[in-house]
Amino acid sequence: MHMLQELSWKVGGQQGEGIDSTGKTFATSLNRMGYFIYSYRHFSSRIKGGHTNDRVRISTVRKNSLADELDILLAFDQETINLNAHELREGGIVIADSKFSPVLPDNVAQNVHLYSIPFTKLAEENGAAIMKNMVALGTSAYVMGLSPDFCAPVIQNMFGRKSQKIVDQNMAAIRAGFDAMSGQNADFSSFQLAPATPDHHLLMIGNEAVAFGALSAGARVMPAYPITPASDIMEYLIKKLPSVGGVVVQTEDEIAALNMTIGAAYGGTRALTATSGPGLALMMEAMGLAGMTETPVVIIDTQRGGPSTGLPTKHEQSDMFAALFGNHGEIPKVVLTPSTPEECFYATVDAFNYAEKYQCPVIILTDLALSLASQSVTPFDYNYVEIDRGNLATPEALAAVEPGKMFKRYERTEDGISPRVFPGQKGGIHHVTGVEHNEIGRPDEATNNHIKMMDKRLNKFADIELPGSISYNGDNDPEVLVVGVGSSVGAIDEAVTRLRNQGIKVGHAQVKVLSPFPAKSLQEYMNRAERVIVAESNATGQLFHLMQLHGLQHKAMTSFLKYDGTPFMPKEVEAHLKGAVPAWQQ
Amino acid sequence: MATVKEFRNEVRPNWCPGCGDYAVQAAIQRSLGSLNLEPEQVAVISGIGCSGRISGYINAYGFHGVHGRSLPLAQGVKLANRDLTVIAAGGDGDGFGIGMGHFMHAARRNMNITYIVMDNQIYGLTKGQHSPTSAFGFKAKTTPAGNIENAVSPLQIALAAGVTYLAQGFSHDVNQLTELITKGIQHKGFSLINVFSPCVTYNKVNTYEWYKEHIVPLDQFPEYDPTNKKAATTKVIETDGLCTGLIYEDNDRPAFEDLIPGYQPTPVADLDIHITQDQFEKFMSEFA
Repeated sequence: MHMLQELSWKVGGQQGEGIDSTGKTFATSLNRMGYFIYSYRHFSSRIKGGHTNDRVRISTVRKNSLADELDILLAFDQETINLNAHELREGGIVIADSKFSPVLPDNVAQNVHLYSIPFTKLAEENGAAIMKNMVALGTSAYVMGLSPDFCAPVIQNMFGRKSQKIVDQNMAAIRAGFDAMSGQNADFSSFQLAPATPDHHLLMIGNEAVAFGALSAGARVMPAYPITPASDIMEYLIKKLPSVGGVVVQTEDEIAALNMTIGAAYGGTRALTATSGPGLALMMEAMGLAGMTETPVVIIDTQRGGPSTGLPTKHEQSDMFAALFGNHGEIPKVVLTPSTPEECFYATVDAFNYAEKYQCPVIILTDLALSLASQSVTPFDYNYVEIDRGNLATPEALAAVEPGKMFKRYERTEDGISPRVFPGQKGGIHHVTGVEHNEIGRPDEATNNHIKMMDKRLNKFADIELPGSISYNGDNDPEVLVVGVGSSVGAIDEAVTRLRNQGIKVGHAQVKVLSPFPAKSLQEYMNRAERVIVAESNATGQLFHLMQLHGLQHKAMTSFLKYDGTPFMPKEVEAHLKGAVPAWQQ
Repeated sequence: MATVKEFRNEVRPNWCPGCGDYAVQAAIQRSLGSLNLEPEQVAVISGIGCSGRISGYINAYGFHGVHGRSLPLAQGVKLANRDLTVIAAGGDGDGFGIGMGHFMHAARRNMNITYIVMDNQIYGLTKGQHSPTSAFGFKAKTTPAGNIENAVSPLQIALAAGVTYLAQGFSHDVNQLTELITKGIQHKGFSLINVFSPCVTYNKVNTYEWYKEHIVPLDQFPEYDPTNKKAATTKVIETDGLCTGLIYEDNDRPAFEDLIPGYQPTPVADLDIHITQDQFEKFMSEFA
C-alpha cells in the first residue's frame, strides 16, 4: 500500500469553540511521534465568534511552510466548509458534525467526500458536548491510520491534574469518533501516513523561540505593552523570569515600554521589549534616544498587516523601512530578520551581544507567520549561548578617575566604542543626555563636536557584515535567483527544489540581516544569476528598494509582492518563477 | 561620608537669574547630603525643559532623557538596581502635559522612587506658552486671549492615581523643601514633591510674591492628618491646590519591588545572568 510522506489537515469552527486547542493537541501528539509539524492559525481580532481555523502540515521530513493542498478538513460549522473546502485536493475529505446537516459547496475538487459524523451527540453520550473536538480527533486518527490512543499522553498532561475521570471521558470520546469513522466502511487508504522516523524535536512558535532566547541570553527586565502578535513573548517571560530573579512589567504604553527598557539597560541589566507595527511607531523617539546615548536595547517587532491598525491578525512584512528609517535623526542600529524558530532563538542570543558590543538598539524583525506558526524545531544548542557584555570599564580605569572628574563614557576611540559603566559604580559618574554631548556626556553643540560624535556613533559598522547575514542554497549559476526575507524561507525553498527537480537552475538567498546590510555578499550572488526576483510580503517592495539603496545592481531584477494578509505558498512561488502572474496581481 | 558638597559639581546652570529651580537644585543636594549616601549611589533622571537640565547639575549619575519620559526611564533604572536612590525630575509641561500618562501610572505602580516637579505654570524653554497647570484665563503666547482650558490639579490626580507620598513645596522655602524631599526619598514607594518654582522671565502672574500671598502652609492646621486620604483630598480642593507641606502619606502599602514574584534583594544588575545547562534543558523540555 502506498503511504503518504506528508498530509495536510485543517480544523475549523467559531472562535471560542476550542479550535486552537484541538489543533494543538493534534500537532503536539504527532510531533512527539517524530513527525514534523508546520501549523498556522487563521484568526480574527475577537475572542468569541467569527471563523477560525488551524491548518497543520504533517510530514516525515522537515517542512517550513504550509502545504499547497489540503487532504482532510474537520468542520464544526457550515461556514468552515464554505470557506475552506476549495483547498481540498482531488479525493480529499470533509468530516463534519452532523448536527448542522453539512453540505458540500460547488467549488470543490473532484471526488471530494463529505462524512457527516455526530460529533456533538457522541461527545454528549460520553460526558459533555464540549468534547466534540475529541470526537473529531478520533475520526482523524482512523482516517490517517493512527491508533486512537495517539494523543493519550497529551490528553493525560492536559487533564490529568483535574481528574482521571476527565481523562477517561476524553479518551472515550476519541474512541467514539474513531469507531464512528470505521463504521463508514469507506476506503481511506489514500490518507495513510507513513510511520515517522523516531526523532526528538520540539514544537514551538517563533515568539517562544525569541522569548527562550532572551531568557538564555540573560535578559532579566522586560517592560512591554500587549499587542498581537507579540504578546506571547511577554507571556512566556512573565512565567519564567521570576525563577531567575527577573521581571516583566506591563507598561501603560509602548513609549513607556522602550524608555523603561533603556533605563533598565543603563542600570546594568540586559533588557528587551517586544511589540508590533503600531507599537514600533510609538517607540521611535526612544529608539533615537538609545542610539544617541549608546544604550544597548533589544526590540522585537513581530510584523503584522499595516498600515495603522491594518490587519492585526494577518501576515505582512511591511515594517522593514519603519525599523530601519523610522526614527528622526541618524543612529546606528542592527536589524536582524530570522526566518525559522531556530534562527529566532540564535538571533536573539546574538542580538544581546550585538547590542552590548556596539552599544546601540538592535531590532529583531519577525513576521506574523514566523511569530505564530507552530513548527517542529531541532533542540537548541546550549553551548551556542555565550554572553559577551562588550566594552566595560575596568576597575583600574575607574580607580584612575581623579576625584571630582567625570568618567569618559563617550570617549572617542578607534572603533567608536567607549567603555560602559553602570550607576552604583564608584568612579564612573558621568552624564547621559539625548542632546549632542562631549566625552563625559555634557551637552556640547559645537559644530566640530557634532561631526566627531556623529562619526563615532555611525562608523561602528563601517564595512562590517555580520556572520550569517545571508543563507544561500541552490545552483551556483542560476537562471533565477530568488531573494527572500523572514518566514518565506520554507515556501521559497520548496518552490526552488521543485524547479530544480524539473531541470531549471535556481538559487535562493534569504536575507537575515537588514542592518548592517550585507550588500557585498548579496551582489556576488546576484552577479551569478541571469534574473533576480525579490519576494516579500508587502505592497511597495521594501527589500527590493533597500537593495537598490545599497547600490545593488542587476540587469533583470524584479519584485514579487504578496500583501493579501497570507504568507507565500510554495505553489505560488513556483508559478511566479515560471513566469505566471499570481491571482492577486491579475 | 558624602555631604552636600560632594553632590555639587562645577557646571553653571543655564537657568535665568532668579529662577526657582536653583532652590530645588540646592534642596536636592542638601537632602542627599543628609542621607548618608555616596554620589554614585544616586541616579537623577530628568526630562526636557529648563528644569530637565537638573540631572547635569548634581554630582551623581544623571540621565537627561526625552520629553515627558523621565518616569519610565527612572523606573527602568530602579528595576535594574533597587539599591540606587532614584530621583526623577522635570517641569509641569514634562510631567503633567506630555508625560501625564506616565505620571499617573508611576503613582499607581508605586516603585520606590522620588519624583520632583518644578511647576512654574508656563513653558519656559520654548519661550512662554501656556502649560497644563496654567490657570483659566492666563495669557501666554499660545493663549493671547486668555486660557480657555482648565488647569489640571496634579495633587488631585496623584491622590486619585494612588500615590503613597504627596508633598508640595515652594522654591522660596528651601528648608521646608529639603525636608519634604528627604522624607520623600525615605518613603518606601512612589513619592511626588510638586514644587512651585517661579519662572521669572515668562510668567508675570505666578511670581514669588503671588505665591507668598496665595499658598496655604499646612502647618497652620495642627489637627491635619496626612495619613487620612479623605482629609488630604478635601484640603487640596479647599486650598485650590495651593497648600504646601506634607499632604498625604501611606506607609502601609508595599513598594512595587517588594511585590514582584521572585524578585531578589540583590539588584538584578548584580545577578549572574547565565543559566545552567540543567535549567536550559528543563525549559526546553517544556516544548516537547
